Amino acid sequence: MPGILILATTKDGRLSRDTWELLTGARRLKEKLAEPVAAALLGTEVGAYVPLLFAHGADKVYRAEHPLLEGYQGDAYTLALHQVCERAQPTVVLLPGDVMGRELGPRLAYRLQAAFVGEFIDFDLDQASGRLQFTRQTYGGKAMAVVQPRVNSVVATAKLRTLEPAAQEEGRTGEEIRVDVALEASQLKTRLIGKVQEEATGINLGDAKIVVSGGRGVHGPEGFKVLEELAQVLKGAVGASRAATDAGWVPPSWQIGQTGRNVSPELYLAFGISGATQHVAGISGSKTIVAVNTDPAAPIFKVAQLGIVEDWKAVATAMIERCKELTRA
Amino acid sequence: MNIVVCIKQIIDPETPMSQFAIDPRTKRQAPGNNPLVISPYDANALEVAIKLKEKQGAKVTAVSVGGATTTTALRSALSMGADEAILVNDPLLAGSDQRGIAHALANTIRKAGTYDLILTGCESGDWADRAVPAFLAEELGIGYVGYVTRIEVRDEQVVVRRVVEDGYELIEAKIPFLAAISSDETNTARYAKLRDIMTAAKKTIPVWKSADLGLDPERIGSGAAKVAITDVYIPVKESRCEMIEGNTPEEKAANLAVRLRELKLI
Repeated sequence: MPGILILATTKDGRLSRDTWELLTGARRLKEKLAEPVAAALLGTEVGAYVPLLFAHGADKVYRAEHPLLEGYQGDAYTLALHQVCERAQPTVVLLPGDVMGRELGPRLAYRLQAAFVGEFIDFDLDQASGRLQFTRQTYGGKAMAVVQPRVNSVVATAKLRTLEPAAQEEGRTGEEIRVDVALEASQLKTRLIGKVQEEATGINLGDAKIVVSGGRGVHGPEGFKVLEELAQVLKGAVGASRAATDAGWVPPSWQIGQTGRNVSPELYLAFGISGATQHVAGISGSKTIVAVNTDPAAPIFKVAQLGIVEDWKAVATAMIERCKELTRA
Repeated sequence: MNIVVCIKQIIDPETPMSQFAIDPRTKRQAPGNNPLVISPYDANALEVAIKLKEKQGAKVTAVSVGGATTTTALRSALSMGADEAILVNDPLLAGSDQRGIAHALANTIRKAGTYDLILTGCESGDWADRAVPAFLAEELGIGYVGYVTRIEVRDEQVVVRRVVEDGYELIEAKIPFLAAISSDETNTARYAKLRDIMTAAKKTIPVWKSADLGLDPERIGSGAAKVAITDVYIPVKESRCEMIEGNTPEEKAANLAVRLRELKLI
């Protein structure tokens, strides 16, 4: 039975926003391909999530539980998802374009002998041939490419924070299918031995309503302390451009852009960021972009809705005070 | 320890938008007068390899699939500190998809000898679908982790630091192993010294063809590609930036705060 399969993922004990975005994509594909939507749910005890997946548009849920699926491990997830795919025989597999999906997607495509499309932002049926085709950014966000799978199955990662999260429909239900995955510890070639959290304000960048971000113009780690304070006041998260993470001013996990995180806040405040296309590629889902830069010719002003030509630090410092007053008022 | 670094030569991704164009015939970036460079994260991967070599001794081999101009990128890798370089150049490979390129790289790595560590960039500066490293690990049947910034070798194992969404992880892996490298302050690519550039210029870079590598013709070239690129275009962007004015930075900040309040954003 062909179908569209998404990988459901959890974060802090809840289904992730990424899952709802993939379900939006899958539901749109269902309209075009007239194939059912299925979700693969991997983990140790994941039964509680099944009804929520039905409510958000899944027609089927493939539930695979195994002690080795506690948390993402590349080999275990590739093996398990491959086994789910052998059972489900999907024509399209959608994965999130995050660190996990970017690893898992091509590995799965390789094993399924499927086509692989990385980080699509849209898809459609080609008018002439009726073939499914994906649009993705290329050349560091300077251009768009249209790619068509030439085989009958495709694995694709979705650029996150591009699709709107799927809405819930009360009373919707579906079919749950248990998959007994065969996994041995000896098949795992890597092992997680440590993890360090680096979120500045305790708010996740991908979910933040407000993101305060700094770039090369911030000139050092001290400047980011100012931005952290502003983020605290605004109850937002702090991010950075690659220039700032490569310089070691802030951790690489703060990087926003093609390589790092995609964000889609209501408000994105860019301080001392010139606006290289690779950075802009990660913020295009933002509702309002505010740019503060001393250079009026900086490309960031081409994508911003509001701009200030000024030294970033003077503006950020004044904003901290002003916003404290406003939020008290 | 034998380390292989896979690199790709691309048109400088820092090319400003004013110099950026798509060739309507090839559906690829028109080279124009823009310089050719090692794809940025591949240069970080080279740096990681050379640092390991300096720390504990290793032989570093740079390999690339590309045209004749790619020799320049490989020579840069040699001048940075790679010991050997191999170019895979064959018109039969033109139009290969990620699978075809990974097949060519895998056979090149096998032919070059034993390997312990294979490094690539985490994404290319041009196409960036991040598939080749994973496909290559699958071809070779070895462990794979992406977004690695640092590597430590301990006996027959490596411990890598991998950037994740909310911080970083430490992951232990058995050798042989493939890591796709992302950047941090410890792996910025070095500039080659003049003396090393001179030495690198004298080295021979062998050119291997599909037949030398025993490549499966069913898996390479555009005919074997499972994905076809049907169009590449520059999107039209329209946006108008409302500039917030004021006599002092404080006034501008205050005006911005008021405007954001009006828009119900703060």
